[in-house]
Amino acid sequence: MLQYMLKRLGVAVLVALTVSLITFSMIYLSGDPAIALAGESATEEDISNIRKFYGYDRPIIIQYLDWLWRALQGDFGQSHYLKSSVAGVIFERLPTTMLLGACAISFALILSIPLGVLAAIRPNSLIDRFALTIAVIGQAMPSFWFALTLMLWFGITWRLLPITGSSSWANFVMPAIALGYYVTPGVMRLTRAGMLEVLASDYIRTARAKGLRPMPVLFKHALRNAILPVVSLAAVQFGFMLGGSIVIETIFAINGLGFLAWESIQRADLPVMQAIVLVLSVFYIALTFLSDMLNAFLDPRIRVR
Amino acid sequence: MTDATIGRASVPTAQEILEPSPGAMLRRRIFGHAGIVIGGFVLLVIFLMALLAGVISPGDPYDQVLDRKLIPPVWFDSPKATWEHPFGTDALGRDYLTRLFYGARISLLIGFSAMLISGIIGTTLGVLAGYFGGRVDMVVNFILTTRLSLPVILVALAVVSLVGSSLTVVIWVLGLLIWDRFAVVMRSATQQVRNLEFVAAAQALGCSKTRIIMTEIMPNIVNHLTVVATLEMAHAILLEAALSFLGLGVQPPEPSWGLMVSEAKGLMFFDAWLITIPGAAIFALVLSINLLGDGIRDVTAPENRN
Amino acid sequence: MVERILEVERLSVDIQVPAGTLRAVQGINFHVDRGETLCIVGESGCGKSITALSLMNLLPSSATRTADKLELDGREIQNFDERQMADLRGDRLAMIFQEPMTSLNPAYTIGNQLEEAMLRHRNVSRSEARDRAVFLLEKVGITGARGRLKQYPHQLSGGLRQRVMIAMSLMCGPDLIIADEPTTALDVTIQAQILHLLADLQREFNMSLILITHDLGIVARVADRVAVMYAGEFVETGTADQVFNRPSHPYTQGLLNCIPIPGKTKRGAHLGAIPGIVPSLIGEMHGCHFASRCQFVQDDCLKGKIAFREATKGGHQYRCILSSAESARNLKKANAA
Repeated sequence: MLQYMLKRLGVAVLVALTVSLITFSMIYLSGDPAIALAGESATEEDISNIRKFYGYDRPIIIQYLDWLWRALQGDFGQSHYLKSSVAGVIFERLPTTMLLGACAISFALILSIPLGVLAAIRPNSLIDRFALTIAVIGQAMPSFWFALTLMLWFGITWRLLPITGSSSWANFVMPAIALGYYVTPGVMRLTRAGMLEVLASDYIRTARAKGLRPMPVLFKHALRNAILPVVSLAAVQFGFMLGGSIVIETIFAINGLGFLAWESIQRADLPVMQAIVLVLSVFYIALTFLSDMLNAFLDPRIRVR
Repeated sequence: MTDATIGRASVPTAQEILEPSPGAMLRRRIFGHAGIVIGGFVLLVIFLMALLAGVISPGDPYDQVLDRKLIPPVWFDSPKATWEHPFGTDALGRDYLTRLFYGARISLLIGFSAMLISGIIGTTLGVLAGYFGGRVDMVVNFILTTRLSLPVILVALAVVSLVGSSLTVVIWVLGLLIWDRFAVVMRSATQQVRNLEFVAAAQALGCSKTRIIMTEIMPNIVNHLTVVATLEMAHAILLEAALSFLGLGVQPPEPSWGLMVSEAKGLMFFDAWLITIPGAAIFALVLSINLLGDGIRDVTAPENRN
Repeated sequence: MVERILEVERLSVDIQVPAGTLRAVQGINFHVDRGETLCIVGESGCGKSITALSLMNLLPSSATRTADKLELDGREIQNFDERQMADLRGDRLAMIFQEPMTSLNPAYTIGNQLEEAMLRHRNVSRSEARDRAVFLLEKVGITGARGRLKQYPHQLSGGLRQRVMIAMSLMCGPDLIIADEPTTALDVTIQAQILHLLADLQREFNMSLILITHDLGIVARVADRVAVMYAGEFVETGTADQVFNRPSHPYTQGLLNCIPIPGKTKRGAHLGAIPGIVPSLIGEMHGCHFASRCQFVQDDCLKGKIAFREATKGGHQYRCILSSAESARNLKKANAA
């Protein structure tokens, strides 16, 4: 178990370093960052001053290591636009996005796991078809369009929920649904497939042959095994969702990380963009690492050797 | 055949004789599958819309007629509605149906091209990892994990904003980002096939690795490839729509469906159909491709169903 | 006075498959008395396992079971609902499966899974159930039983897992154990151990056992009575002595010809084989099911349903148009060859 943990941790750290390198190299995508920063009317002298000021005149590897070293200490530099520390801005916005993500994944799991289980218990029944329809529609619906449609109905036509902002819980209902709905099909399909496979397994037959009633068979013996891959998928999807929150936050004007990312892209505020990509990537890596650990803990085949 | 063998099981039964050929069975499965028929039909219609946009469009996608702006579609009970503009006009007086037709071109082009790029990258990585295993597999897995930890939309937006937005850039960015599923599926499919006897037989005959991969492995994983290809094409179309919606995909005045929704955003509370129509178009296209993909999986590998 | 544990009359199982109705079991009769071992023998796909599952009412939902009589301990259980059946399963009626590697839940310790069988049916505390589990694990020959309770299935070998399965089936002291090819998935050396174990336990606890197998060597060692099954039907039934010493149905004769019998089969003699394959069980069948592979087949074999004949006195029956004298002559000829 310990060996497994250390190995996973090593890979996670290595991936995080690679991601940081990719994130860092983003500044060279548009050519010379100094020219981009200086603007169109800048003179040669302005550009070389900026280059010196930001340290772009040093070898790239030094620049990267310097940037990484600062980033590790929580220093992502200064925002070009906001004239304040990038880390400060990010950690101010992060809780909102986390809250939105947590609401969205809760909504998705509460909807998809019971549906997936019910669909697996009664394959080809009405509820199975209903679940399948939801999954097929969910996979094909553009999230921004779904969000706008929700807004139109719940916000304008029925006036049930506020359209924009992030001041009260009611503001989070529609964004959480819009964000979480996209995750539902995958989780539901995996739950259904896992349950179908487990329910057809020999040990479920053994449990029934012992005389266990349907509920203990379903919850103690089947769900416990079928839920393991769902835990991993939910963690992965939570990570994806934070990345995807940029669309939803922009639409509902929720003051989170996604909205900040969109604003920074509009303003060409490179340090903020870089930091957001890095933070979300590292968060995803940490999340998958934790889900691996949780899985190992729940699965005795990995935990006890 | 002598009399002595009559009554033995070696004589084909009537049932075996009446069994249709594999080709006929496949055809029957394809046309008996609701998902394939519906998905295929809708996809065909959208494809024809894109192909014949220049011929069947009632107007020009870029022509702005400012005194004819925001005409509602004909099914609206409005005095302004006219058959000259069956789907109405947008805020700049451009015929909406025409823009919808031309938008199909953009969606299909980006979806297909991005899928092709990501398919080549993902399949190469996946097949190599699955066939060689060991260290190659470890490296591919590492690249895959790294790719998965990068948030797709965010990176795509950032890169497009830095490099500058154009159709080609969008295609390349998406193609370079969404190969993960190809790699995952092709890897496991290759692993399954490479352990089968005929691969060992080819190895024993002294076939080169390239030859084994191309002639023994690829034909047996091509059905998985088709399924992933459809799903990823749908994925690319959705991403392009999202990028364009956020203003960093296809640029105006091109009639991208995502962009059309974005342009109508400000008017959605007054003229909701402006976002409903292009949104429904994206939905229909993605749905039809997904239905087709699920259908192909059901028909070619029924044992892999969910 | 023998106590009848199980009495089955005209048991049939139909399974709906895409190609039609598969008539897996077609009206079989049998009974099991207390302390007795009944072996059901036959090739793969002849309906043995379906028979076992139908007794437990654990058939897949596509299958339907019909019978004139299905009595356990003198109670008709055919119309029991799922609740009543669940009360019987694991208590009066237990089953051991073919696949010990996959028949235990990987997520729980074997202690948990053993105790569960008793906690479900008896009003006992967890520690009492644990004591019973330890007692039975020792009975099935597992050393250090108390420590084993904390182990997970993946930590045990196939043979050990099957011992655990046997212990599990004994938790409530059932009247009848149905063992469906319990040794097929195990190494040959372990097979014999497990079989002896089953036979010993059966004697010790005075239980009845239905042992389903395709291995005639096993049957010869443990069976009190034998039912030979072919294509959904019993083709020969009788005591083990009767069936082994005077096999009367051509199929039984062919089967016995396929295995060497120590002291009987001559060194260097050719072992027999039955040509052909088992017929499809989909749709109606006429005449003798074995006709397509039988070397003595005649026109009459294909007409109507073939009735059972008495081979010898004392319940030895076989389903063939050949008279007992003719079949005895065939047997002699085959043995001489």
